Amino acid sequence: MDYFLQQLINGLTLGSVYGLIAIGYTMVYGIIGMINFAHGDVFMLSVFIALIIFLLISSLVGGLAIAVALILVLIFAMALTALWSWAIERIAYRPLRGSFRLAPLISAIGMSIFLINFVQLVQGPRNKSLPPILDGGFVIPVGDGNITLAYKQILIIVTTAVLLAAFWFVVQKTPLGRAQRACEQDRKMAALLGIDVDRTISLTFVMGAALAAVAGVLFMVQYGVVSFSDGFVPGIKAFTAAVLGGIGSLPGAVIGGLLIGLIEVFWSAYFSIDYKDVAAFSILAITLIFMPSGLLGKPDVEKV
Amino acid sequence: MSASSPSSEPILRVEHLTMRFGGLIAVNDLSFDVARGQITALIGPNGAGKTTVFNCITGFYKPTAGRMALFSGGVQTDHAVETVTNSPRSYRRTAKGAVFLLERLADSEIAARAKVARTFQNIRLFTGMTVLENLIVAQHNWLNRASGYSLLGIIGAPSFRKAEAQAVDLAVAWLDRIGLTGRADDPAGALPYGDQRRLEIARAMCTGPVLLCLDEPAAGLNPRESAELNELLLSIRDGNGTSILLIEHDMSVVMEISDHIVVLEYGTKISDGTPDHIRNDPKVIAAYLGVEDEEVGETEAELEK
Repeated sequence: MDYFLQQLINGLTLGSVYGLIAIGYTMVYGIIGMINFAHGDVFMLSVFIALIIFLLISSLVGGLAIAVALILVLIFAMALTALWSWAIERIAYRPLRGSFRLAPLISAIGMSIFLINFVQLVQGPRNKSLPPILDGGFVIPVGDGNITLAYKQILIIVTTAVLLAAFWFVVQKTPLGRAQRACEQDRKMAALLGIDVDRTISLTFVMGAALAAVAGVLFMVQYGVVSFSDGFVPGIKAFTAAVLGGIGSLPGAVIGGLLIGLIEVFWSAYFSIDYKDVAAFSILAITLIFMPSGLLGKPDVEKV
Repeated sequence: MSASSPSSEPILRVEHLTMRFGGLIAVNDLSFDVARGQITALIGPNGAGKTTVFNCITGFYKPTAGRMALFSGGVQTDHAVETVTNSPRSYRRTAKGAVFLLERLADSEIAARAKVARTFQNIRLFTGMTVLENLIVAQHNWLNRASGYSLLGIIGAPSFRKAEAQAVDLAVAWLDRIGLTGRADDPAGALPYGDQRRLEIARAMCTGPVLLCLDEPAAGLNPRESAELNELLLSIRDGNGTSILLIEHDMSVVMEISDHIVVLEYGTKISDGTPDHIRNDPKVIAAYLGVEDEEVGETEAELEK
């Protein structure tokens, strides 16, 4: 029982990170129907940004409380990553809008390769690591054993929950969110109602990147180590999560992320750690056979 | 070309508008005025180029040639129009308002700045959003600014809530007017056809337009719904002071509510005037009844008997 609960907590933690990244995929897909293959690398970039800022803050103002330092890191990482993503959209995707469907997709793959190589060049190919931040946790006795709820895990789950709530509010209740949903349904009509479609799309990229940066900061806190190639696997997992949940659906992305995280952790815990990715992707394949539009996705109705 | 227009002052002046698609000339050197505070109808047989004219006015197409000047505020001098035409800019503020050259504006600017709204032949509501949201999203422009670009919303600022409440008030007022108050929270796609038509007009009105362009608003409506539509359009003209330009095939709508009618055939204007004038214009009759060109003279002669 205690072992199961422990794995459940670990799975939810990992799933939160996937869910945060998955939202970026799903939102961009929702609004312009494009898979932003560079998103995983934007996440990787945000981990580096977070790392650099964390080191800067701790060397410039030593002895700052860890909570304050982390909040500062979070804010700066979100802002800088958002700026990067805004620029990527502006340079690599916007000029291709109205071109054939695959053009921005190929451009995104190019951006992904660019980001990987750029980070490799400027940061070096070796792993960057941090001394452990925020160690320790609560030990809760359950039955005849104990489970450990690390402070990091609490931080990750709580941050994810709070940001998702804020995000949900923006999408459902603010003019920006309504504009995004309007553009999602009919971009041309939205423009005719005076909505600046280009700006709305830019802001979608910015929001997705900001959430990826949150995931990046949490990743840094959790693992304390990052290399230039670390964007690929989480990126693909988050993309899988978005597809599993139903691409285009925000709650779907989060549920998909949590599911992928849980499957991975439970598979590693009870079966074999070697095949955890196979397990995650098999579940995706099986789900898509029976629910082609994902768990919460709406079927794509042909407009007539 | 007879210019027995009853209008006093134009809100939109279309001059020498030409739209070519490859070798096809959809609209050929078309000039007409849309009068301020009146209902102007654009009619003509199928394929006459009416919707193309709409698409040019609302920025869907960039016209091949021609000028479309929208006069915001009050009557503008020819001088102001010439000045902005000769400048690289797309609009010019004057003492009495502004002159916008619609052919130079992007589609979202035509809606946001020149304040021209439109509806479509085939309804284009945001079907996945609620009826109320459809009306609120139309107020995006001022609402986004008034609510602090959505940022204030996250921290729950009172000014954000005030702006939202104001937007909801306007939306609810329109729901009352089109009789859909009870269905505010239903998805727009679930409404019956006639209600969707009215909702689309209400949504266009929520953008606060000075000129409302309606593409076949009565298409597919039954006689009772048509009558309701007439009432709604007259109340928009008289109550809101919004000028209306509409394309319509339903003559009961056109003849009853239009102040001014422009008739197109093969992309060219064949008549322009009051409903009475149009009703008796032999060229219009010939166009609608499909009389050959050479017979027009005969028809005219017959009508004059």
